[in-house]
Amino acid sequence: MFASCADPSQLEGLSWLLCYLTTGKHLSIYVSVGTVLLLLAITAPVALAFGFGGAMAARSHVAPLAWFGKGYIAIVRGVPDIAFFLFFVIALDQFFEWLRHEWKCPDWDQPIRQGNDFVVCAQAKLPLSTAPQWVHETYGFSLAVLTFAIVFGAFAANVLYGAMRAVPRAQMETAEAYGMSRRQCFWRILVPQMWVYALPGLSNLWMVLIKATPLLFLLGVEDIVYWARELGGSKTTRFTDYPHGDWRVWYFGALLVFYLLFTRLSELALGRIMARLTRGQATMGGEAQRKAG
Amino acid sequence: MKKILLGTAALAFSASMAMAASHMQTVRMGTEGAYPPYNFINDAGEVDGFERELGDELCKRAELSCEWVTNDWDSIIPNLVSGNYDTIIAGMSITDERDEVIDFTQNYTQPDPSAYLVMTGNEGLDLGSAVIAAQTGTIQASFVAESGATLVEFATPDETIAAVRGGEADAVLADKSFLKPISDEGGDLVMLDQEELIGGGVGLGVRESDGELKAKFDAAIQSMKDDGSLNALIEKWEIGAPF
Repeated sequence: MFASCADPSQLEGLSWLLCYLTTGKHLSIYVSVGTVLLLLAITAPVALAFGFGGAMAARSHVAPLAWFGKGYIAIVRGVPDIAFFLFFVIALDQFFEWLRHEWKCPDWDQPIRQGNDFVVCAQAKLPLSTAPQWVHETYGFSLAVLTFAIVFGAFAANVLYGAMRAVPRAQMETAEAYGMSRRQCFWRILVPQMWVYALPGLSNLWMVLIKATPLLFLLGVEDIVYWARELGGSKTTRFTDYPHGDWRVWYFGALLVFYLLFTRLSELALGRIMARLTRGQATMGGEAQRKAG
Repeated sequence: MKKILLGTAALAFSASMAMAASHMQTVRMGTEGAYPPYNFINDAGEVDGFERELGDELCKRAELSCEWVTNDWDSIIPNLVSGNYDTIIAGMSITDERDEVIDFTQNYTQPDPSAYLVMTGNEGLDLGSAVIAAQTGTIQASFVAESGATLVEFATPDETIAAVRGGEADAVLADKSFLKPISDEGGDLVMLDQEELIGGGVGLGVRESDGELKAKFDAAIQSMKDDGSLNALIEKWEIGAPF
């Protein structure tokens, strides 16, 4: 990257370290930090939306909808994450390709499954095999977001379902006495008040989600843990200008600091949100705030 | 005038694109990127090594345009079979078990003997009762499992070496060409004289339904064998004996 890095074997100390930390390979780990943050930024709201939908479905008065909501929560919560990630993503990918295959190549006469192989026509490939690498990476990333959202959405749905039931019955009765419709009761009374009950559960989920990001590598996305392992492994002089022994402990140490800082920042932010949500609520926290204020 | 110029430029551009698209089939090459000298990620963050050079040359000869993809060793076969890439070029030895699931081209290396690496001073250990590290799903792992020694498996080649340094295993069994640069480095690890002849050489893995691609690569490998360029590559990267 810098002109002075042309011959690293002549460098020592800090200038060597500077060159080492700016190789193309190290830039990849910095990019992957961004990937992880982006994943969290997109997955969290999507999972929350899935959760909200799931909770609404689970408490619906229409029986099939309630079965669907409860089934979604029960099945996804019951299946181990790693099994879900390994099976579901491949199945989802093949399902999308099969749909496109049926649509784009109606006169294909060979079977889709030939022995172990899953074969669709070239036009139905997702993404097309001629597509540049970044399209493949974006597609893999989107599948990852979707899978994370489905898994964490199920947990969020359970939390929100409980939170909706925790809103004091008297609040709803009052709303009904004012002549509000079911829909009005739900959106104007129940939803604004439930967040304070949901937040402790949701904040747990957020913490677990942060720590679950290394599962990304199972989905073919090169995340920070992959790069830490790759960069930290010992390197011999023949294959790199920067030979070193087993440095994984330093890289994983850096990851530890990163995750600890990140979860600490999250705790601070969640604490502030909790204080804001508690204001004026008929809970012990709300009462304490009223007395203090 | 300007419009005409633009129009011709656009036409020429789209024509050349169409030509390129019709002539060049894109093939995605799946590799591990953690097994020097076969394949590894270089300082610039790109796939490099014997198989990178070989693959690029094969693609040129077969008139394919190739895209390199890295994938974990554990899931490298399932991802080929479900179509995420089109070939496996990852130092994968041709074995009967793998041949049941995927197809191989002809071998592009001779059967490379596998060797043991141990800590200096531990050369006298009894391999029959030792704890031996190998990468999961490799021919070396199944060899150790059948030999009666205690097998510890690791997900990446690098971790098998670290296990010997860390004392978790007494020795590591892997391809000799992978272990040689490590023992050449001097220091704490030495290679034993004993070698195991396992595996039938390394070939490109392709899907069983992909006979056309297999034929193209077979022809390209044959042409590289015939004009000696494959031997030159094998010598350059020190991948066992030449053909």
